[in-house]
Amino acid sequence: MNASSKPKLSFGEYLPKIVVAPTFVATLIFIYGFMLWNAWLSFSSSRMLPKYDWVGLKQYERLFANDRWWVAAENLLIFGVLFIVTCLVIGLFLAIFLDQKVRAEGAIRTIYLYPMALSFIVTGTAWKWILNPELGIQRMFREMGWESFSFDWLVNSDMAIYTVVIAGVWQSSGFVMALCLAGLRGVDENIVKAARVDGASMPAIYRRIIIPGLGPVFFSALIVLTHIAIKSFDLIVALTGGGPGYATDVPATFMYTYAFTRGQIGVGSAASMMMLMAVVAIIVPYLYSELREKKQ
Amino acid sequence: MSLNRILIYGVLTLAAMFYLLPLLVMVITSLKDLEEIRNGTMLTLPQSLNFTAWDKAWSTACTGVSCEGLKGYFWNSVLIVVPAVLVSTILGALNGYVLTKWRFRGSNLFFGLLLIGTMIPFQVILLPMARTLGFLGIAGTTWGLILVHIIYGLAFTTLFFRNYYISVPSELVNAARIDGAGFWMIFYRIILPISTPILVVSIIWQFTQIWNDFLFGVVYSSGDYQPITVALNNLVNTSTGVKEYNVDMAAAIIAALPTLFVYIVAGKYFVRGLTAGAVKG
Amino acid sequence: MKLSKIGLGIALALGLSMSAQAAEVEVLHYWTSGGEAKSVAELKKMLEAKGHTWKDFAVAGGGGESAMTVLKSRVVSGNPPAAAQIKGPSIQEWGEEGVLANIDGVATKEGWDKLLPKVVSDVMKHDGKYVAVPVNVHRVNWMWANPEVFKKADATVPTTWDEFFVAADKIKAAGMTAVAHGGQPWQDATTFESVVLGTQGPVFYNKAFVELDPKSLDSAQMVEALETFRKIKQYTDEGAPGRDWNLATSMIIKGEAGMQFMGDWAKGEFTAAGKKPGVDYICAAAPGTSKGFTFNIDSFVMFDLDNKDLAAGQNDLASTVLSPEFQEVFNLNKGSIPARLGSSMEKFDDCAKLSSKDFVESAKFDTLVPSMAHGMSTFSSTQGAIYDTVTEFYNNDKVTAKDAAAKMAKAVASATADL
Repeated sequence: MNASSKPKLSFGEYLPKIVVAPTFVATLIFIYGFMLWNAWLSFSSSRMLPKYDWVGLKQYERLFANDRWWVAAENLLIFGVLFIVTCLVIGLFLAIFLDQKVRAEGAIRTIYLYPMALSFIVTGTAWKWILNPELGIQRMFREMGWESFSFDWLVNSDMAIYTVVIAGVWQSSGFVMALCLAGLRGVDENIVKAARVDGASMPAIYRRIIIPGLGPVFFSALIVLTHIAIKSFDLIVALTGGGPGYATDVPATFMYTYAFTRGQIGVGSAASMMMLMAVVAIIVPYLYSELREKKQ
Repeated sequence: MSLNRILIYGVLTLAAMFYLLPLLVMVITSLKDLEEIRNGTMLTLPQSLNFTAWDKAWSTACTGVSCEGLKGYFWNSVLIVVPAVLVSTILGALNGYVLTKWRFRGSNLFFGLLLIGTMIPFQVILLPMARTLGFLGIAGTTWGLILVHIIYGLAFTTLFFRNYYISVPSELVNAARIDGAGFWMIFYRIILPISTPILVVSIIWQFTQIWNDFLFGVVYSSGDYQPITVALNNLVNTSTGVKEYNVDMAAAIIAALPTLFVYIVAGKYFVRGLTAGAVKG
Repeated sequence: MKLSKIGLGIALALGLSMSAQAAEVEVLHYWTSGGEAKSVAELKKMLEAKGHTWKDFAVAGGGGESAMTVLKSRVVSGNPPAAAQIKGPSIQEWGEEGVLANIDGVATKEGWDKLLPKVVSDVMKHDGKYVAVPVNVHRVNWMWANPEVFKKADATVPTTWDEFFVAADKIKAAGMTAVAHGGQPWQDATTFESVVLGTQGPVFYNKAFVELDPKSLDSAQMVEALETFRKIKQYTDEGAPGRDWNLATSMIIKGEAGMQFMGDWAKGEFTAAGKKPGVDYICAAAPGTSKGFTFNIDSFVMFDLDNKDLAAGQNDLASTVLSPEFQEVFNLNKGSIPARLGSSMEKFDDCAKLSSKDFVESAKFDTLVPSMAHGMSTFSSTQGAIYDTVTEFYNNDKVTAKDAAAKMAKAVASATADL
């Protein structure tokens, strides 16, 4: 099935390559070239503006001795795991509920999906209000007469990162719901019917047959969610600005702060190298599975 | 109604309320005057429909020295988004076509490299890209910004089309090839006509990404060519004076209207196409 | 042929309409709202009266953080704006990179050395040459108080930190919020530096925040200041974290809270609400700092553009900024005092007059100190390191003052170390 196995004109043979060439060149320069550039800066003494000297691993030493960096790394771990798991669980359950032949399914689906359309530049202020104890949910419940109601996560150093998870889930879980819903629609109804005839209950059928069949869906969702989690930047900036203190800092905001507002490009570059390595560690298994599929 | 149905609708309604809450807060607030905002809670309904805040956000709010609202910036964004979406989608479709139907040695590797490219944090590329744009002589121009959006959108569009086309039977293409159809002919006659779902996905995705972008917009545009998100940021980030929450919220909704519109109108196709591309891939 | 002739005609017409000296001056600033935006519009008008075009380049957010990102990208792309809002030691950092324009010509002609106090002109120069022009002088160590609240709580406006806690207790007992605070790192730092100056005095302040002496940063005095600082937290309300400063000020205006520690830009909020100084609100130096003056100077830096017309535009911009007319208009709007010596204070209110008097006197007694919180005393990297420890300490009760002081010394050392 390979193109090269057929005889053809030389121009025709090169045409596909010519077509992808611009993308190929752009990728090499604007992604890998820039990564290398960034790697170089992480070994330089760059402060305010890029400088092309060599100081070895000193910026990395500085980074690892920085408490804030470890808070940021830990936050990404907490946020990433909770965000991904919650999105998957909520997405799956909403899809299952929505798949019960409910009325107005289209409208409900749109409601669940619309947060994807909005950036946190747009919704940030509203979210800050909702989560702020003196303006939002807490005040509302208290004015409704529930005096002891308390919801102050946004302003609590230990809990603030969870409010970031809430807003993140709000934005992305609808997308997972849509993926799962499509997956559910693809399940062979005959298998389900047969299982019912055999006397299996609906929950059991979901647990034993349908959900395991959604493997590929979960996998796609996982990749997309991981990518969103690692890149999360607007979300943090709009919601908490990294605060209280720097309790909700993540690597992306850390890198930005050091490279751009604090004139420590070297440390910022070292931080982004660590992020890139984490990305590679996550994506290589995916690539491996992709390529293995090709060989089959 | 059975207990089961009540449970189902109950859960679905609760979830809908959660998803709608921020938008509801924004809409309600944008329709109140400042006095009402101060005295009520965030979900207290406005006493009357008051669109002055919307009017101000659109045409008279200050975003720097000029006080002409968001309207000019809205069109800036349109001018940036349209070419960037079109070019990145067309290139993505061609890339996907080549990567699935005209594979060459190393095409898998190329795809892998591209995939990693989707994961690069954009903060990393701000400075080298600025340097490159300066070198090309298009720093601070709309063209420069469009170019940046095209480049960093390509990985996604290629991914979409590649995952979609991979499920198109290769026999179709091979048969056409034996009949003497060339590269472009096959793309035009066979591939393109079946691409509508994924075209919709790619366009919606790119449109949303580019319209909502702030980071590239603020760094690579200047002065009168800034996109709407940058103007929104300037308008909302008041450090002095009375904070006009109603105007802020109205401005935010105005900035979000095009993407909201696209999702509401074309959301169905988006879901359909995305599953075709993402699940089977 | 005809077309090219028309083209030539247009080109000529365009060329003629721009006089030899006129230039399009692009100015990057982060004053996008309220009185500040109005003041910038004033500057634009004055510059255009001199025949130049103003190209507005406004980037708001985070006290200029977004603007700095944009500026860096523009400089790296080889396409910097003509002027940008940069202040304090950062001017030196940019100067070191060799990208700033020398405006000594206009400075000598107008005699800036005589027009500016030495503390101000020192900041504006790099390598002995003027590269920047000051817009104003802010005093940071103010305390804003609502006399109504004090009356209701039967408390007196404090002048020392001991008195402060007595007054705060009374206000709290009367069921009001004693301190209106916005829990953002820069606001935490603003309050903290006033505590340091008020409890430990200007000599210690300079040693710690200007000289960055490790023994002062990690000292019993710093521990004491940190502990006093954290004690303030119990007098703030639940909504404080993340709150914008102007919302905290409006708590004072509305009588919900008694005191706020904030620079003199807060005055604009009171003025906008129609309040009178001394009647509806009180401006007093932060406890224990009545003789001290923490300064914060906004300034415009000129970039080297290698273009004669633009250089003329930059000189005219600089000269306009320092003109008595602009200094007066701008500072009346902004709440600060003119940087230019001998400016008439007639139109200013009592708070500004007091500020102006204290500015001159504190300079004589060496109690005039640069604001750490506003990037006047150190490079941004060091400032960031101090911010981190201060805000972490304030927000996290598990960190002891002793640990925080040690951490501060360590973080500052790491940020300043040469590689």
